[in-house]
Amino acid sequence: MGSRSKALALYKQILQESKKFTSYNYRNYAIRKTRDEFRQNKEVTDPQKLKDLFKKAKDNLEIVQRQVLVGQMYDGGRLVFNLEHFVYRYW
Amino acid sequence: MARLFRNFRFVLQVVNSTNQSTKRYLQANVTDNAQKVAVAVKHPDTFETRKDMPPEDMRPLYMDTQSTTPLDPRVLDAMLPYFVGSYGNPHSRTHAYGWESEAAVEKARKQIADLIGADPREVIFTSGATESNNIAVKGTARFYKSKKNHVITTQTEHKCVLDSCRALEAEGFRVTYLPVQPNGIVDLKVSLELLIYLYNQMELLTNKSKLLLPVQPMNNDLKLRATNRFFYWIIPYLNDAQNQFGHIINMKDDLLYIVDKNDFGQRVGALYIRRRPRVRVEALQSGGGQERGMRSGTVPTPLCVGMGSACAVAMEEMEYDHKRTVELSNRLLHKVQDAIPQVIRNGDPDMTYPGCINLSFAYVEGESLLMALKDIALSSGSACTSASLEPSYVLRAVGADDDLAHSSIRFGIGRFTTEEEIDYTADLTVKHVTRLREMSPLWEMVQEGIDIKQIKWSQH
Repeated sequence: MGSRSKALALYKQILQESKKFTSYNYRNYAIRKTRDEFRQNKEVTDPQKLKDLFKKAKDNLEIVQRQVLVGQMYDGGRLVFNLEHFVYRYW
Repeated sequence: MARLFRNFRFVLQVVNSTNQSTKRYLQANVTDNAQKVAVAVKHPDTFETRKDMPPEDMRPLYMDTQSTTPLDPRVLDAMLPYFVGSYGNPHSRTHAYGWESEAAVEKARKQIADLIGADPREVIFTSGATESNNIAVKGTARFYKSKKNHVITTQTEHKCVLDSCRALEAEGFRVTYLPVQPNGIVDLKVSLELLIYLYNQMELLTNKSKLLLPVQPMNNDLKLRATNRFFYWIIPYLNDAQNQFGHIINMKDDLLYIVDKNDFGQRVGALYIRRRPRVRVEALQSGGGQERGMRSGTVPTPLCVGMGSACAVAMEEMEYDHKRTVELSNRLLHKVQDAIPQVIRNGDPDMTYPGCINLSFAYVEGESLLMALKDIALSSGSACTSASLEPSYVLRAVGADDDLAHSSIRFGIGRFTTEEEIDYTADLTVKHVTRLREMSPLWEMVQEGIDIKQIKWSQH
C-alpha cells in the first residue's frame, strides 16, 4: 500500500469517526481540522516526516474514537440553532 | 431512531441465524448497546435548577469564551488516565503510584515552560488566576518590603490584582494606580511624568540610575507590560496573560501567570517566577513546602496534566487558531457594524486579542439586550462581576461614557466556534438591537437630530 492510499484511508477513517461526535462544536472542529491538516501536508514526501504524520494521525484517530464515546455518555444536549439538527442528522 | 433500527436489524439477524455462537455474539452486542444508552448521564443532578433553564435540545450557543472555554477533547484524553487508574499523589516518593504522577506533573510543567519560553523550574502550579496573582503581588511585595515599598499597577487590572494591592495598602505599602488611555493602554509619557512627580513629592528621586526603564505597551487587551528592575516597582513585570494565553510567544517577564480555563484546558493555574535574575516571593500558604516552598499543598495531577496538554496543543495550533480567530472576529464585526450604526468596539483596534470583541450598542440597555439574546450565552463583563448590573470598572477606566458602558456586551470566539454560530449571533444581535432601538425614545430623539448630551433632565 503506497503512502498516498494509506493516507487517504486514514483520512476517511478519521472523518468518519469525527462525524460521530454528539457535540456540534467538537464535530465541526474535528472535521475541519482533519481536512485542513491533511490538505496542508498533501505534498510531504520526506519519509521521516511522513512517519511522524502517520503516527500523529493514528494517535488522533484513537483520541477521536475515545472522546466520541465519552461525549455520548456525557451528552450536553443539542443547540438551539436549526442547522445543528440538520448537520447532525445528515452527516 | 437509527439506533433502534440498527438494534432491530440485529435482532432480526439473531432470529434468522442458526449459528449459536453468532447469536450469542449479537445478543451480547445488542445488550452492550442498550447498556451504553442506559448508562449515559441525561440530567446531571443539580441541587436546584432554575425555572427558566432551557430544555435539553434548546441549549444556547456558547459565545462566552472569556469566562471559560469548552475543554478540548485532546486535553480530556490526556487527563482521564490520571482520574481513573493513576491516582497517586505526585509528592509520594516511595512507590510507583507517586512516581508516575510526579513524572506526569513534571512533563506538564515542561510543556507549560516551553509555551512561554521559560525553564520548567520557573513554573509553579497554583489553583488559578486569583491565587497566582495573590502570590505574585502580595508574595513579592512582602518579601522585598524592607527595600521596596511602592507598588505600581493600572486601573484596568483584574479584581484579584486590585484587591491584593488594596490589602498591601493596609499593610503600609504605597500603591499607585496608573490611568489608561481610551484604547486601554497605559500612556507611557504621562505615567512617567506622574511617577516622577510622585517621587519628587516624596523627595525620594535622588538617583538618576533609579529612573524607569522603558515600559512597553503590551499587545493585549487593556493590560500593561512593564520592564523595570531598578525602580521601586515591586511587581516588576506581572503580566496577565489570561485571555490571550496561547497567542503569546516568549515573554520575558519577572512574573507571569497563566490560567488554562481560558485555553480549552482544565481549571488550574500556573505562575512563572523568573530565576535569573531571581525574583523571590514570600509564600502565602503554609504547609508541606511543595512547589519549591512557594505554594504548599498537594498538586492536582490530572488538572496539571490537562494544563500541560492544553499548552502543548496551544503551541501546535497557535498559528492555525489565531488565523481562524481573526477571520471569525472580523466576520462578526463587519456583519454587525455594517448592519447597524453607532456600534462601538471597546479597546484598541490593533493591539488587542481578536477572540474578545467588546461592543457597545448606543441607546440600547445592555441587560435588556442580553435578555433578548437568550439563545446565545453572552456576558456583559467578567464572570466575577456578572451578578451586578453595574458597568465594568475597566470600561470606566478607559473613559467610556456611562451610557455606553451600560450597553456593552462581550462576544468571545474560541477554537470551537463555527461560521454558522457567528452568522447566527450577528443576525440575532442586529435584529434585537434594531427592535430595542425602535422602542427607545432616546433613539427616536437622536433620529430627529436632538443632541442627547445637551438635554438638561429635570429631577423629580
